[in-house]
Amino acid sequence: MTTEQDYTITVFSEHITGILSRVVSIFTRRHINIESLTTSQSAIEGIHRFTIVVVTTEDMVQKLVAQLDKQVDILKAFYYTTDEIVYQEIALYKVPMAMFSNGNRVERLVRSHNARILMIEPEYVVIEKSGHERETQALLQELRELGDVYGFVRSGRVAVVKPMERLNRYLETLEQRELVSY
Amino acid sequence: MNPSIELAPVAADVAPTEARDTVTGAEAILKCLLAEGVNTIFGYPGGAIMPVYDALFHYKDRITHILPRHEQGAIHAAEGFARVTRRTGVCMATSGPGAMNLVTGLGDALLDSTPLVAITGQVGSHLLGTDAFQETDVVNSTIPLTKWNYQITKAEEIPFVFAKAFYIANSGRPGPVVIDVTKDAQLGTLDFSYQPRPYIRSYHPLPKINTTEVERAAAAINKAKRPMILAGHGIQIAGAQEVFRQFVEKTGIPLGCTLHGLSGIPTDHPLNMGMLGMHGHYGPNIKQNECDLLIAIGMRFDDRVTGRLSSYARQAQVIHIEIDPAEVNKNVHAHFPILGDAKQALEALLPLVASRTHKDWVDSFLACRAIEEEKVIRKAILPTEDGQIRMGMAVKLVSDQTKGRAIVATDVGQHQMMAARYYTFRDTNQWVSSGGAGTMGYGLPAAFGAKYAQPHREVVAFIGDGGFQMTIQELGMCAQWHVGVKIVLLDNNFLGMVRQWQQLFYDRRYSSVELKNPDFVKVADGFGVPGKTVSDPNKLEAAIADMLAHDGPYLLHVKVAKEENVFPMVPSGAAVDEIVLEPSELL
Repeated sequence: MTTEQDYTITVFSEHITGILSRVVSIFTRRHINIESLTTSQSAIEGIHRFTIVVVTTEDMVQKLVAQLDKQVDILKAFYYTTDEIVYQEIALYKVPMAMFSNGNRVERLVRSHNARILMIEPEYVVIEKSGHERETQALLQELRELGDVYGFVRSGRVAVVKPMERLNRYLETLEQRELVSY
Repeated sequence: MNPSIELAPVAADVAPTEARDTVTGAEAILKCLLAEGVNTIFGYPGGAIMPVYDALFHYKDRITHILPRHEQGAIHAAEGFARVTRRTGVCMATSGPGAMNLVTGLGDALLDSTPLVAITGQVGSHLLGTDAFQETDVVNSTIPLTKWNYQITKAEEIPFVFAKAFYIANSGRPGPVVIDVTKDAQLGTLDFSYQPRPYIRSYHPLPKINTTEVERAAAAINKAKRPMILAGHGIQIAGAQEVFRQFVEKTGIPLGCTLHGLSGIPTDHPLNMGMLGMHGHYGPNIKQNECDLLIAIGMRFDDRVTGRLSSYARQAQVIHIEIDPAEVNKNVHAHFPILGDAKQALEALLPLVASRTHKDWVDSFLACRAIEEEKVIRKAILPTEDGQIRMGMAVKLVSDQTKGRAIVATDVGQHQMMAARYYTFRDTNQWVSSGGAGTMGYGLPAAFGAKYAQPHREVVAFIGDGGFQMTIQELGMCAQWHVGVKIVLLDNNFLGMVRQWQQLFYDRRYSSVELKNPDFVKVADGFGVPGKTVSDPNKLEAAIADMLAHDGPYLLHVKVAKEENVFPMVPSGAAVDEIVLEPSELL
């Protein structure tokens, strides 16, 4: 309960103005830094989804999820350890054309990292690589050894859960369960 | 409707007629309030909310608008109204500074689970984000201080958003909701129809009581040897007072009240052992670290109750009856959580618990009470040796003369703890105080709201000389509406609680706690509120009788001993069983 590790929190919410602020405020209050955050639509039409990565303890992540769940416009929040999810990130690298002009080192690099060239311009080349952070980071390191990297950006984590998505089940039970509402 | 009002030169589309379907957004807001049974708004006008005020002019036979002297007065009055009626309080302000002045009250209401709907005007939607005159980002500013908030930019959103707001504010764990309405939404038109309590798929405020959880909890109660009940605000919010009393009497289990649990069961009930917390009673505090079972009902294990968490009730199993899932296991692990409404949970538990008495265990609480009586209480309700009034004495006399049935509003500080300790509550929904936030300046406007809501009940506001001056301008509100709040100003010329801490924990370095006070009776008189100063203990009883006999608001300015301290005390960071009865124990 007290050791820190990566947790991936998924939040399913209504798609409305201000919901991002409300989600983020839960983390700010407890002075927890967000490692990455991605939002998109979910598999269910009209429901938005956040994928948030934090490094914290299980005790804390449980409290964060309870606070998230409590927000009126949030349908449900869950948390997962890294081995419970399949996840991916994407990185883009903008490097000088000159890097390609001496020898085939860059080409080898691109091949060995399973990266691909997205765009070639007279001045620069844009390389794309998807993978886990340590993989996209490794390519960045190697490119840096070859020269200037003009631009680098890495997306937040996107993840799906290995077991059946719990939200679907939750929404089903919501409809079936006899909920007392006054 | 007064025909002369209808002829008043106002925009034709704002004039109300029930027959017409199409109304302005401003009028729709008032129709929403009426549909929710609201007949009072505590508010302050200004530029961005003017269309609503103009519409209000035509509704003044159905909705009373109370004008405070500062928006903070409006929201605390709405809180006081909500706390005694358990209905949603409504306050209103303009954009920018108007909305910002509500912020303290929003935070206060969130921490104390008080249902509010706060309506704020906003600049026109075409001006949003342009730093327009009196524009502030109200939605972002109030996210952490509200249960829910929303910005309306189109008139047609009004009915649904208001219905949602009222539903959210006063269901589940109550709390404040802000609705920010742009000026163009107020001026726009819509076809009005209203559906209260709409279904919200992401919001299920009332968990269904799980019978397995209840059975397990009942078994734990039936086999406990030293059980103890922690009675919180949730009992009164749920309206569970009667079933709670039956539960207590059937199980024979002694109880301690949280600050907001006060008046959930009479103070002099034989199983009510007093108040929990930093300045609570000796028995209920130390027994939390001796009991084998804690039954927490509608309370959230605030740090002022638990003291040092790592030494709190480690020996006990915990039953936690709580409607807010985020409170379960937040501070204290619950072995037997029961998610749900306190009334429903107690009704489910009652038939399953055995009829018992815990004589020896109860006697051990009474022994603690005798010690506290001897070391603290007996002195606290008498004058000092040199003939000065003590705060507890004033509270006790008011308690006696109101027969324990007044609504007691307080500000924050020493007088608040004295009121909590020395008033004998015999009615219910009597305690109007700022607990979680500890908002100085709360007392007077909250007392106003309570008295306005329930004019047939006596309302006494115990206020210190520090907090009184934070919202003293609301004497004007009391005078204008002739609302008979009885203010007992316990004046020690100090910010007393801070001074107490400086004395005890900062080696008497009194840093910015002494006040040069005005002539309070003269100030009140200037507002049209009569009053009297009393410093002689022998004259206090008669002065209180005069105050209570007066029709209308009244200020009783009581000069009390300057350096009295509130004891017992669980010092900050100490465990509940390290409670200190006398200052000498701290040396």
